[in-house]
Amino acid sequence: MEITLNNPKPFKSKREKPYWLFTLFASTFLIAAPVLFILSHLFMPFSDSWAHLFDTVLSDYIFNSIALMLGVGIGTLMLGVGAAWLTAMCEFPGRKFFAWAFLLPLAMPAYIIAYTYTGILDFAGPVQSTLREVFNWAYGDYYFPNVRSLGGAICMLTLVLYPYVYMLVRLALSEQSTAILEASRILGKTSWQSLFSVALPMARPAIVAGITLALMETLADYGTVEFFGVSTFTTGIFRTWYGLGDLQTAAQLCSFLLLFVFFLIILEKKSRNKLRFHQNKSVKKLSKINLTKGRAATAVFFAGSLVAVGFFIPAIQLLFWTLDYWKNVWDADFINLLFNSFFLAATSASVCALMAIFLAYSKREFKNKAAHTSAGIAGIGYAVPGTVIAIGVLIPAAWLDNHLDYLSTLYLDMPIGLLFSGSMVILVFAYLVRFLSISLNTMDSGLSAIKPGLDESARSLGASKKNVLTKIHIPILKTSVLTAFLLVFVEVMKELPTTLILRPFNFNTLAVKTYELASDERLLDAALPALCIVMISLIPILFVSKSIVIDKAKHE
Amino acid sequence: MSDQLVIKDVTVKFDNVTAIKNICFSLEKGEIGCLLGPSGCGKTTLLRAISGFEPIQAGLISLDNEEISTTSFLKPPEKRKVGMVFQDFALFPHLNVEANVEFGLANLSPKTKIKKIKEMLSLVGLEKISKRYPHELSGGQQQRVALARALAPEPSIILLDEPFSNLDTELRSQLAFEVRDLLKKRQVTALLVTHDQDEAFAISDKIVLLNDGKIEQLDTPYQIYHKPNSLFAADFIGKGTIINVGIDATGLLANNLGSLSLNSLPSDMGNSVKLLVRPDDIAFEESSETKLKIVSKSFLGPNYLYDLALEDGQTVPCLTHSHIDVDVGDDLPVKFDLRHVVIFNAN
Repeated sequence: MEITLNNPKPFKSKREKPYWLFTLFASTFLIAAPVLFILSHLFMPFSDSWAHLFDTVLSDYIFNSIALMLGVGIGTLMLGVGAAWLTAMCEFPGRKFFAWAFLLPLAMPAYIIAYTYTGILDFAGPVQSTLREVFNWAYGDYYFPNVRSLGGAICMLTLVLYPYVYMLVRLALSEQSTAILEASRILGKTSWQSLFSVALPMARPAIVAGITLALMETLADYGTVEFFGVSTFTTGIFRTWYGLGDLQTAAQLCSFLLLFVFFLIILEKKSRNKLRFHQNKSVKKLSKINLTKGRAATAVFFAGSLVAVGFFIPAIQLLFWTLDYWKNVWDADFINLLFNSFFLAATSASVCALMAIFLAYSKREFKNKAAHTSAGIAGIGYAVPGTVIAIGVLIPAAWLDNHLDYLSTLYLDMPIGLLFSGSMVILVFAYLVRFLSISLNTMDSGLSAIKPGLDESARSLGASKKNVLTKIHIPILKTSVLTAFLLVFVEVMKELPTTLILRPFNFNTLAVKTYELASDERLLDAALPALCIVMISLIPILFVSKSIVIDKAKHE
Repeated sequence: MSDQLVIKDVTVKFDNVTAIKNICFSLEKGEIGCLLGPSGCGKTTLLRAISGFEPIQAGLISLDNEEISTTSFLKPPEKRKVGMVFQDFALFPHLNVEANVEFGLANLSPKTKIKKIKEMLSLVGLEKISKRYPHELSGGQQQRVALARALAPEPSIILLDEPFSNLDTELRSQLAFEVRDLLKKRQVTALLVTHDQDEAFAISDKIVLLNDGKIEQLDTPYQIYHKPNSLFAADFIGKGTIINVGIDATGLLANNLGSLSLNSLPSDMGNSVKLLVRPDDIAFEESSETKLKIVSKSFLGPNYLYDLALEDGQTVPCLTHSHIDVDVGDDLPVKFDLRHVVIFNAN
């Protein structure tokens, strides 16, 4: 007897998408590979260079890195929390302007503010010249603090990194329940005491998260510390590679830097875990503390100086220098370099946006843990300094190139040269690793607006799969994709160490040009490319709504 | 006994919108008062005025014979001896149970502090979980912590803002009794805000019924239920329907509703009145000649609640045992049993 199974094809279950899953895992592995590669160097033999490093500079690297982190940590804590408290909980003239203006230093890369203040404050700069003229001093007659020092680096980094703390703490403070602050008042604490016993302790997770972000940027910084002559891990990595030509040791230094980063991440997670507060949100608007005359004046003075020193003074100085000296830099090469920068940033931002769309949809499609972890790992790059990623990309790519070239010469009798390491491909890939988390977070929050039930209700209302995509998903996600693109675009424009290490021969970007001019002590000529970077970086702050800037700060 | 809390002619305005107007009442030591009213009646505003978060535009508030709010003076909240239990409890999420209770005890010596915390926690039965954090507690436990925290500094009065509204219905009535018990035991003066009359009845000695920023009635729970002195009070408190009904010179009501003794009526009644009919005013009686048509019915478990049509089409409620099961559209034989007659002038 013959049994015919005439079952209709079963409805394809969501879990049966092996190609999709395979692509997801493969791309995650590829993105995580540079970090894994660097970490693997912890277990490799340490070369003789280490003895040399150990005897000479290693203690400097460690001391300076820790001192920088301490200084920047304390600085951003005070400025960020102060600014957040003023704008979230007090009322004074100009509060709304300052609430926005406190974000402006985000458009000012640390190395640019460092170059600018060096130009302003050094011996030939306007400040010292004026002092000499007014008081009739000569060289050596007076003491003036040297910007190009560890303290100067701490100040510069603090000035541009406090907005991370500011954004997160302000958000946390403004979301706090009014009732809790009133409960504190009724139990006998003044509003000032309530700030320290209730409001700030409750905002602790946000404070810690903000400082962690600032410290990660500090660890990643190369331009400022290099220019100021402060030896840290990043400058050490450059020196070991370019100076000693010892890639292995450079990679090992990278892995130590990574340990610092992981230590930070663990610290942040720990402090967050214990303090996962569930607040009942009260609808009542927080009544702000009305600052009276003297106090309001102090508030305006503090806020005004912070914004001026952190953004307006350096930006205006750059503008003046640009107006005076742009002719020194403006030539055919510069136009070429502008084009390079835009092309590179646009390509990388597009790749990041596409990858983010893929990962965000994967998370939505697969409910299993493996898929989620996989997408989470892909976002780890935000914590890893650009220098580390660059070295982690460069070594394997060079190895691959050499072998491909050898093989093709051997079998095809056709040398193909350096396929990856000499081209823009690895540069774009490195940016993808570093900045994917920014676009991924934007996409995630955009996609979270489309609840799974929405698809189903659209289908039940008679929309085809295609209609669901064109009528629901694309309109809702349009802004998210644009924002993801824009944020990465700006980051690539600003990024210095990754580009320095990985750029193809004779390939310049705005950031590299600024760095090169500054390194040649041509600070005034560096103003033009620096100003270009600042203006481009202003775009998301000026035109994209504030909530998105906040989203960016939350990328984790 | 002297009055502990005195509210005298208090008016609060928000940008020229009057939230409460000319409120006058007082509470004696150990008395539990309740501000009852529909949402938006101004009861929370009054509570916030007493706690010092809201300035007043007229009148005065005094506590323990000391003026704490006048039109020109506002004692800051932290200086008033007022305790408060918030609607969402407002426990400090970063402090454990013990530290939450300790928060208001800043001026005590460490030893007295510890003693006080222990006393408070045993009072509300939370000694065993004193080290837990608010998010590890159930709703009822959070409520108890909030109460212990508010009572710890021994305030002159304790204010409770909808303290049970975040809890399950079952827990609600149980806790209401517990709280009343506790407040009475310690002779704490308290003022509760609620829109739930069952809660108000269960807990308070005195109810301030508010409507649209004004006091509608100030009375004991029993009086408020049985002797509402306004249409609003009659309508808001308890279940019941107000019907228009004709009345003749002898006190006989139209629609076969029976008769009223004339001396219980105001003199200027005219020939029509508004009468409050509560579900238990109309009883099922099999032998009754009066039969009313059933318009709708709902099953309440032990009871049926029927809506019955009078001759002129107005409906009245009737509560029966649930084994008296008659279909909608059929007639139900009933007897009018108007004991607490609540009537108002028809105009």
